[in-house]
Amino acid sequence: MWTGIIIAVLVLLGLALVFGGLLGFASERFRVEGNPLVEQIDALLPQTQCGQCGFPGCRPYAESIANGDAINRCPPGGESTIKALADLLDVEPQPLDAEHGVEQARRVAVIREDECIGCTKCIQACPVDAILGAAKHMHTVIESECTGCDLCVEPCPVDCIDMITIEPDIRGWVWTQPKAGVIATDRQEANS
Amino acid sequence: MTEYLLILISTILVNNFVLVQFLGLCPFMGVSGKLETAMGMSLATTFVLTLSSVCSYLAYTYLLAPLDLVFLKTITFILVIAVVVQFTEMVVRKTSPLLYRVLGIFLPLITTNCAVLGVALLNLNKNNNFVESVLYGFGAAAGFSLVLVLFAAMRERIAVADVPVPFRGAAIGMVTAGLMSLAFLGFTGLVSV
Amino acid sequence: MTQLWNFSGGIHPAEHKQLSTTRAIQAAGIPKQLVLPLQQHIGEPAEPVVAVGDHVLKGQKIADVSHGMGVPVHAPTSGVIESIGDYPVPHPSGMSDTCIVLKPDGKDEWCERYPISDYRKLDRDQVLDIIHSAGVAGMGGAGFPTYIKLKPRRDRKVDTLILNGAECEPYITADDMTMREKADEVVAGLKVMAWILRPERCVIGIEDNKPEAAAALREASQGTKIEIAIIPTKYPSGGEKQLIQVLTGMEVPSGGIPADIGVMCQNIGTAVAVARAVFEGTPLIARIVTLTGEALGKPGNFDVLLGTPVDYLLEQAGLKPDRVSRLVLGGPMMGYTLTTTTVPVIKTSNCIIAATASELPAPPPEQACIRCGQCAEVCPMELLPQQLFWHAKAAEFEKAEHLNLFDCIDCGACSYVCPSSIPLVQYYRYAKGEIRMQRAEQLKSDRARERFEARQERLEREQQGKELRRKERAKAASEAQTKKKAEAEKAAANGEAVDERAATSALVEQALARKKASTKAAQAQQAHTATPPEPAQEMPDMEVLEKQFAQAQAKLETMQAMLEDAKTQQADNVEKLERAVAKNHDRVKRAEDALAEAQSETQPTE
Repeated sequence: MWTGIIIAVLVLLGLALVFGGLLGFASERFRVEGNPLVEQIDALLPQTQCGQCGFPGCRPYAESIANGDAINRCPPGGESTIKALADLLDVEPQPLDAEHGVEQARRVAVIREDECIGCTKCIQACPVDAILGAAKHMHTVIESECTGCDLCVEPCPVDCIDMITIEPDIRGWVWTQPKAGVIATDRQEANS
Repeated sequence: MTEYLLILISTILVNNFVLVQFLGLCPFMGVSGKLETAMGMSLATTFVLTLSSVCSYLAYTYLLAPLDLVFLKTITFILVIAVVVQFTEMVVRKTSPLLYRVLGIFLPLITTNCAVLGVALLNLNKNNNFVESVLYGFGAAAGFSLVLVLFAAMRERIAVADVPVPFRGAAIGMVTAGLMSLAFLGFTGLVSV
Repeated sequence: MTQLWNFSGGIHPAEHKQLSTTRAIQAAGIPKQLVLPLQQHIGEPAEPVVAVGDHVLKGQKIADVSHGMGVPVHAPTSGVIESIGDYPVPHPSGMSDTCIVLKPDGKDEWCERYPISDYRKLDRDQVLDIIHSAGVAGMGGAGFPTYIKLKPRRDRKVDTLILNGAECEPYITADDMTMREKADEVVAGLKVMAWILRPERCVIGIEDNKPEAAAALREASQGTKIEIAIIPTKYPSGGEKQLIQVLTGMEVPSGGIPADIGVMCQNIGTAVAVARAVFEGTPLIARIVTLTGEALGKPGNFDVLLGTPVDYLLEQAGLKPDRVSRLVLGGPMMGYTLTTTTVPVIKTSNCIIAATASELPAPPPEQACIRCGQCAEVCPMELLPQQLFWHAKAAEFEKAEHLNLFDCIDCGACSYVCPSSIPLVQYYRYAKGEIRMQRAEQLKSDRARERFEARQERLEREQQGKELRRKERAKAASEAQTKKKAEAEKAAANGEAVDERAATSALVEQALARKKASTKAAQAQQAHTATPPEPAQEMPDMEVLEKQFAQAQAKLETMQAMLEDAKTQQADNVEKLERAVAKNHDRVKRAEDALAEAQSETQPTE
């Protein structure tokens, strides 16, 4: 009887060792460097580098999401970004976490040139280098590059930067979704 | 030759592992939300099933049976399956990190997929030889994949359709799976293997 | 007989063309005000080249595009520029855009025109320039600048030039009447375009419900190799891709343009505009517009100056205000409802329908899709409208795009046949708009990321550069220090002070060396004499102390002098010198105290 048990134990041990060796070899062979998922998440974030999510930029937040953080902390991205992230990661989309800000229409910074003293503090603050200027020279915001993150408003010592909402233009106009009202779910959504 | 074909038809259609024998329902319901995920999962399961079917057969025939350790078959099969699943996990992580992330916990859960252990044990019951074991495992995986993909496609359509509120989500999924199962029962008696 | 092919799908709505073909083309006349939008074409909006208050002549350029794609705008009649600002323009959104408002002076004076007698003597590019400066854009509805369209890429030779005389949409008869009455100009324009492109084949495609137009064109094109092809009436055979398929059997590739397969399609009105630009030197300042609908007393086609407000035209056509329930700009399939009648006619406006309630009733409410598949049967582009509808409704835009959403030509055939009255085309337009917006945002965020990463790199480089420079400076400074010290010692030893500080530090060293020597000597002396007499002992001490005191005082004076110098020069080392001075003060004090003590000690003994 004992021999039987010992043989059984030895066989199992032997199997375990062999398989363990195989797996160890495989883990070396198939080692994964870095985390390419972070790239894909980062590509979906709006890149305003505003810090409203609590991270210093979009890439750190992307890394945090790859490690399982909530996907609803980005106000500039808004609903569409949350939905895209939910699709990518196959999780449930959640409403925007209000603690990090609310979704607003896109804004751009505008410097009131009469009041600018040329101190370069806003230039140093802009995360995408969208402000043109030099020390003791006029500063101006390059409108096409401004992401509306409003990190430049604080450092300005004379408070000469305004955040202006972009007005809808006839060239930027798009059709809206037709409002149906007949299917039961549509009626429910319309009433809710 | 015909026996091999019959084994395939039997495992894929007549005695489909998911819809007729009701094995492997967890990944069936859990991973079928999107078509891409379902296809990835079915590929992973096919790989695991075939490989573990082969390894289990070899382990049984050349290790357990000669040493009269037949009573260890369950634990040995589980060991084999776990190793194969770990290996598969590493391969998936390397080749497609997105699929790895999307499958999430369901990838290691293939270890506990009753269909995988079921195939290994049923091979013994039917006294299949090596080739038959391979085909049996492959056929089971093919049947699982077929049903998973079909179900995922249907669930995608259902997701945008007008489903009554009490039925939304998993409920309508179960109803659909039940109807699919009824459909597959139509194959009964086609092949008696 | 030209060989014809067929395109799949299509519908046969009631034509309603008789309403507006009973009369010849009438001149609409000059209204009280002309509103000319700066963007009547695809591309960049034009910028005004005149100012408020300027007097302009008929045909004078009043706006031009400086950078980007576009064509200029010309004054349709002589007058004064009243204002330049935002006015309602013909657009489905009903929004406003920048327009030049011209107040006609009634004289209708032409500016200087340069007709070309034989254009074939010119360069191809010169003729294209003439067409460009005449402001000719596609008048079929899109408004693509014609001079660009007539200049395809070198590797895309045009083999077949087609003039689109199909005019498949119900109600519209502008091209029909143009072909009937101005067939010569049409053919002339076609010849110019053919000369530019040198195609192998020129065809004018006309639907079989326009026999008079076909006859007129046949007569005008006698003796030329221009084919007149009569095609079956079906909506939308006037769509560019459908017409090409009917006349050549070829399909334009998905996402491509007809030039990709060596075909080009131009509108009848565009051909007339090209002819006028080249032969008469006339810029594009007028077009034929159909005014139709049962709410009009005198429907018909009008030769309208660009910028004419719609209400003026409706008056000309005898609008019955109590009968009109809807105003449509364009046709009933692809046009849009006007919310105000003050919008002007632009280069791409081909028709205005003043419809009664029974003619174009309000659309019934949208009902659930019954999956009948009628929409797929009539789609001329062989798409899957039902699937596109589901995906657009669920906002699954990737899937919609995958099903070739962007090949949809917005013809409206699917909406026409839908038994549940689902506004399918609206869903597709919404999906297309969303996808375009997402693409634009993605582009913007990618740019922002690139700029952010470039900035991070720049900051790192600067940081590293600073570190490097700092290290180098520190090294250089320490090297210079050691070198200076060596030189100063050498110089002091030779009796030359290299500079004050070095000299002082050399003096300090020497003093310290002497102090050491003297202490050693004192110790040696002490060791030597077992019990030296007190005064003798004290004397050397006194001497030493006095010497020390004197030296410390001298040092203090030197340091103070240096400090004064440094202060006047505002040198860096002011602080350091002040500290040194303070130290020397202490030293002097200590020396003084020691001296005093020694003196007090010797006093009692003496």
